[in-house]
Amino acid sequence: MGSGRRILSDFKVFSRGYLRNKFGLFFGLIFPVILILIFGAIFSGNSSSTIDIYTQNQDTGPFESPQLDIASQFLQALNSSSTIRVITVETSNFTNYLAEHSSSDGIIIPANFSANYLAASPINITVYGNPTSSTNGIIVGTVSAVSNLFNLQRFNGEAVIGFTQSTIGFENPQYVDLLIPGLIGFSILVSPMFSLVNISSEYKKNKLFKQLSLTPITKMEWLASKILWYIVLTLASFLLMVAVGVVVFGAHVNLTLGLLPFLIIGPTLFASLGMLVGTVTKNPETAGVIGNIVTFPMMFLAGTFFPISIMPDYLQNIAHVLPLFYIVEGLNNVMVYGNITGALIDIAIVSVITVIIFAAAVKLFKWRED
Amino acid sequence: MKPIEVKNLQKTYGDLKAVDGISFVVNEGEVFGLLGPNGAGKTTTIEILEGLRERDGGEVKVLGCDPWKDGYSLHKKIGVIPQEFTFFEKTSPREAIVYYADLFNIKVDPDQILRDVLLEDSAKTLFDNLSGGQKQKTGLALSLVNSPDMLFLDEPTTGLDPNARRAIWEVIRSLKAKGKTIILTTHYLDEAEQLSDRVAIMNHGHIVAMGTTDEIISQHGSGERLEINGEEKLAEYIKANTELQVNYDTAKCVISIPLNKKIDALAALAAAEQSGLDWGEIQTRRDSLDDVFINLVSGEVDEQGEIVSEDAESQLSRKRRR
Repeated sequence: MGSGRRILSDFKVFSRGYLRNKFGLFFGLIFPVILILIFGAIFSGNSSSTIDIYTQNQDTGPFESPQLDIASQFLQALNSSSTIRVITVETSNFTNYLAEHSSSDGIIIPANFSANYLAASPINITVYGNPTSSTNGIIVGTVSAVSNLFNLQRFNGEAVIGFTQSTIGFENPQYVDLLIPGLIGFSILVSPMFSLVNISSEYKKNKLFKQLSLTPITKMEWLASKILWYIVLTLASFLLMVAVGVVVFGAHVNLTLGLLPFLIIGPTLFASLGMLVGTVTKNPETAGVIGNIVTFPMMFLAGTFFPISIMPDYLQNIAHVLPLFYIVEGLNNVMVYGNITGALIDIAIVSVITVIIFAAAVKLFKWRED
Repeated sequence: MKPIEVKNLQKTYGDLKAVDGISFVVNEGEVFGLLGPNGAGKTTTIEILEGLRERDGGEVKVLGCDPWKDGYSLHKKIGVIPQEFTFFEKTSPREAIVYYADLFNIKVDPDQILRDVLLEDSAKTLFDNLSGGQKQKTGLALSLVNSPDMLFLDEPTTGLDPNARRAIWEVIRSLKAKGKTIILTTHYLDEAEQLSDRVAIMNHGHIVAMGTTDEIISQHGSGERLEINGEEKLAEYIKANTELQVNYDTAKCVISIPLNKKIDALAALAAAEQSGLDWGEIQTRRDSLDDVFINLVSGEVDEQGEIVSEDAESQLSRKRRR
């Protein structure tokens, strides 16, 4: 009983101090909202955005009737694909034109395009592109699909294989829906981790731990009160981020109880990890550096801002040893895929890591000196 | 049983003996001052007594407890201000008192405690915005929350301006008047002299003198002496014409004559008069605590507790101690 009372009175003093500190509040609550606004704005309306592609049409006809102008029909078909938008240009040197317009993507429709098509002789379209760019695949795919369609039509063929587009979890997913779990993971990591690294090293330097050791509060109670506060803060920033996502970007968020374990164990893990870093380092400066070394890889490699599937294998392997990865994966499993079994495995892994880190932090953290 | 009993206390950091076998007791209701320059071992000693630091050897009993092993229960019975006291930046003194009372699970009147330490005007100011003196008073207030009978004050006025220092002294005197046992470390002689019933002077991990200030002065200082401003010729004349021991300080032009009996002064003055030489101011004086202290720690101590005018070897050894 005494323990709970002491945790609560420490919680009261700490949270009041936190709320009086504008800097802490910014990082705890406002920063995650700014992140979601920025990322949401960058990726929102992704479905309507098309890639502009410069096209040189060298076709030489015949142009007697629109039916015979196959090149124009071909470009129209590309335009109606909704992935690319053709911008026809008149130029004598197409590659120079692309360079002058800082574009690596372009299409050349050759001379005799329509005549050769009607005569069923082979035609070769040139597609310029940078293979490392993500737009290149989309352009090549679109040109290839439209070419196949025209090839079929030329011989009066009909498509046999069709497909219907569908999605897992949501009826009509927005990019922001997939962004939210990662950004929640980010806020679960950043605020508790950086705060506890800072607090624990500063308290050690200023001998505040010594001061506290003279009162009946124990170090475990002290850490528990900090964890409690960061759970509250995480829940608050979660609700804020979700609200902004829904109101501003029309995000679909699956608010289920399955999220709670992640929102509770996550801050527990990173507050303990921050405490551990602050406690094993000599001074606040070293603690800050070590804290960054531990935090930064997780910030970017754990699937927070982009899925790890786009990363090379060795980075994916690194991601799998980062505790935040399992939190982000778990949040995705709950919020996007409804994969409860996967989420349970994730939460189990996170719980084991948390118990180890918490025990190490309490064990190594010293109130007094030998 | 005395409230504090220390026997042959030792503490080593690496190969450095910070506290080298000291022994003392503190009586109930007294203010006991540990006086010494920085690096003398005062804070190590007081932190061992508070249970904040583990000792390497010797016996220590504080209120009958071993402070390291029984620290958790001892801390409920003592009040402590650590050196350079700090607290949560965004918390006011009043909130801090309520917080401590909650932790100790006791009911207190925070405003009364604030009045006791003369801090009622800044009750709601955040710790960040308090002056140095107000911060120390907050520390004092917190050390009083659990109504301890014993207080440990580690350099409570270091770095404060004279007014703030005097205000803290006033609080300490009123606590003493309430019968509290107080252990105080300081490198200010006047502080030790003003507040302490008994003083232990520490240097290089040893206690080099202990007792009331009068006892220390009579044990370690010279006795009463007559001082006459005059020329060396006069000193020689007195020496030749009396049985007295005569010393001459050429720099200050002062003739100094130790007085075994008060009547010796008369003989000296008669000889001076007889000499027909000029002489100026006369006075009798004895060593102050200052003189004794400078003697014992082989140097004067500045505002920050550093020794000035000590020989190079002791300076080096003192630096190693920190």
